[in-house]
Amino acid sequence: MTQSFKDKAVIVLLAAAAAAFTITFIAIEEQAEIFALILFAAALVFAGAKFGFTRSIAQSLSRNERLMNVAVIAATLVVIFWFREDHFPLLMIATVMLYVIACCGLNMQFGYTGVVNFAGAAFFGVGCYTAAVLGDTSIPLLLVIILGGVIAAIVGSVLIIPVLRTRGHYAAVVTIAFGLLFRTFLEVNDTLGGPQGLGVSGMNLFGWDFNNNIEITENIELSFYLNYVILALVMVILTFVLMRRIERSWIGLNFDAVRLDETAAACFGINIKRWKIVAFTLGNFLAGTAGALYAMMLGFIAPSNFAFSDSLILVSIVLLGGMGSLWGTILAAGLVVLLPEKLQVIQEYRFLIYAVVMILILLFRPQGILPRGLRAYIPGWRG
Amino acid sequence: MAQQQETVLAFRELTRRFGGVVALNKFDMELTNGQILGLIGPNGSGKTTSFNVLTGIYEANGGSIEFLGQDITSWPAQKVYEAGVARTFQRSRLCLELSIFDNIMIGNHKRLDQGLLFNIFKRKALREQIRENHEEARKLLKIFDPALADKMFDPVGSLRMIDRRRIEICRALISHPRLLLLDEPSAGMTHEETRELMDDILEVREMIDGLSIILVEHEMGMIERVTDKCIVLNFGQKICEGAYRDVASDKLVQEAYLGGE
Repeated sequence: MTQSFKDKAVIVLLAAAAAAFTITFIAIEEQAEIFALILFAAALVFAGAKFGFTRSIAQSLSRNERLMNVAVIAATLVVIFWFREDHFPLLMIATVMLYVIACCGLNMQFGYTGVVNFAGAAFFGVGCYTAAVLGDTSIPLLLVIILGGVIAAIVGSVLIIPVLRTRGHYAAVVTIAFGLLFRTFLEVNDTLGGPQGLGVSGMNLFGWDFNNNIEITENIELSFYLNYVILALVMVILTFVLMRRIERSWIGLNFDAVRLDETAAACFGINIKRWKIVAFTLGNFLAGTAGALYAMMLGFIAPSNFAFSDSLILVSIVLLGGMGSLWGTILAAGLVVLLPEKLQVIQEYRFLIYAVVMILILLFRPQGILPRGLRAYIPGWRG
Repeated sequence: MAQQQETVLAFRELTRRFGGVVALNKFDMELTNGQILGLIGPNGSGKTTSFNVLTGIYEANGGSIEFLGQDITSWPAQKVYEAGVARTFQRSRLCLELSIFDNIMIGNHKRLDQGLLFNIFKRKALREQIRENHEEARKLLKIFDPALADKMFDPVGSLRMIDRRRIEICRALISHPRLLLLDEPSAGMTHEETRELMDDILEVREMIDGLSIILVEHEMGMIERVTDKCIVLNFGQKICEGAYRDVASDKLVQEAYLGGE
C-alpha cells in the first residue's frame, strides 16, 4: 500500500497547494506581496529540483495519471468557485484557458509536427470574427464555436501550399506575412467593422444567457463570467483529450517522425504532406474554437486584438512550456497571461521581458519549463 | 536453402548526375530471391547514391529500376517502401528523442492502421494493435539483444552505437520487406560487434521468406563471409562482378579499391 498511497497523497497535496497558490496569487493586489510570492515559488521550484523532489514527484504523477487529471480539474474548480463573485479574476482565468486551447493548436502544428505557425493570433481571430458574424443568426451558439474552428481551418487551407513547400525560416516568414495581411484585411473591410471592430453577442446555451449574473438568493449573486469559465474548462478538457489521443496513437508517432527526420520518415512510407496538413488544420481548428468563445466572452473585438505580437505571445507560451508538453502549456499560459496583469510595473515592459525570457529559455532550457516526456501509448504500461 | 531464381531487383543502365559529376553511370545489376549482394567500392563511387535512387530519395536521370516485376524508377520513397524495400542509413537516422519502440514502429508504418478516426476514437482496437506490435517488435529485437528488448520505452539517444544500429535494422525488418538495404552497418563498430550483428541479420533472414539483402560495406571480412555475389563500383561505374574471391583478385579492382598492390 505504501507506494501507491504515497503517490496518491503527493498528488492530492500538490493539487491543493497549486490551488492555494493560484488563489493567493490572483487575490493579492499589493505589488510587494506579489513579488514575494513569485520569489517564494521560484525558490521552491529550485529547491525541489536541487534536492531531487521534482523527479520523484514527476514519477508519482506519471504512475497515477487518471488521479492527477481528476485532481487538476478539482483544483481548478476550487479556484473558480473561490472567485465566483468576482468578474476580473474569472475573466483572467477564462482567458488563460482559451489561450491554453489556442496553444494546444500550435503545439499540434509546431510542437508535434514541426510546422511553424507565426499567425496563431490570426486563426484565433478568424474564430472571433466568425462568432461576431454568426452570433446574431439563428445558428445555435455552441455550433458557432465549432464553426469558428472550422472556418479557421478553411482559412488556413490558403496557407497549406506555401507551408508544405517551405521549411524553417521561410515557412516562418510566410505565416508572419499571412498574419499581417489578415489584420490589414480586417482594418480595411467595412462589413467586418473596419478598425473599430464588431460587437459580439454573448453565449446562450438552451436559453441560458451567459451574460447575466447568476442569482442564487438575494444576497448571493455569482459573476456571469462563471458561465464562460466553466464552458472554457469543458473545452480545455475536450482539447486535452484530443491532444492526448493523438499523441498516444500512430498519428502522434507520424507527427514526430515528420518533425524529426523527413527523409527517414519518407523512406518508411510516412506521407509527409498528409500529416502536415492534418496537424496544420487541426491546430487552426483549435485556435478558431478558442477565438469564438473569447469573442463571445468579451462582447467586442477589433483588429488590434490580432496583431503579430499576439501571435508571438502564443508561440512564446509553447516554447516556454515546452514543445508538445500539455501541462507545460497550462503553466506557461498562466504565467504569460497573469503575470503582466498582476505586476503593473512590468505591464509596459512586458514585450521586453518576454523577449529576454524567451532568449534565456532558448539558451538554457530549450526543452521548456515542463519538457514533454516520452510517448506512453497506454499510461502505466511498459510492455 | 531451396530458392527459385526469381529476379527481385534489376537496374538497367541506371544513371544519376549531380551537376557535372556522374554519380552513377549506366549501372546494370540484377538480384535474385534470397541473395545477398555486396556493393563495394571506394568512397564516392556511387554505393549510397544507388540506394538513394532506388529508394526514391533521388530521381534517376536515366535508365530504369525494376522491383518484383514492376518499374519503380520514378516512384516516391513512400511507394517504394510499401512495395517492400526497407533500408538503414550510413549515418544512423533514428529519432533520438523517441523511444526504441517508437523508432521500430516508424518502420512498421504500412502494417499499422493510419486512419484518423480509428486512431482517435477506436481506442480499444488501437490498444490491441499497440500490444500486438509491441510483442512482435520485442521478439525481433530479442534476436539482436535480449537486454535491449526489455528497454523498449527508453529513448534511443541514451543507447550505444551498436544498439542504435540494431534498432535501425529492426526498424527496417519489422515490416517484413522483400529487400533490405544495409548501408555500412559496421561503421563505428569493432570487428567483434560487426560479426555479431551480421550473424543476427543472417538469423533473421531465415525467418523472413525470400528476403534479399544488398550490403554496402568497407569491412571486407564481412563481405567475404556473408555475400553470395559482389559488385565493385568506381566513379559510378560497375567495374567488376562475381563471387568475392574472384572480385578480390581482379586486377582492376585491386587498382581502384585496394590501392593497386
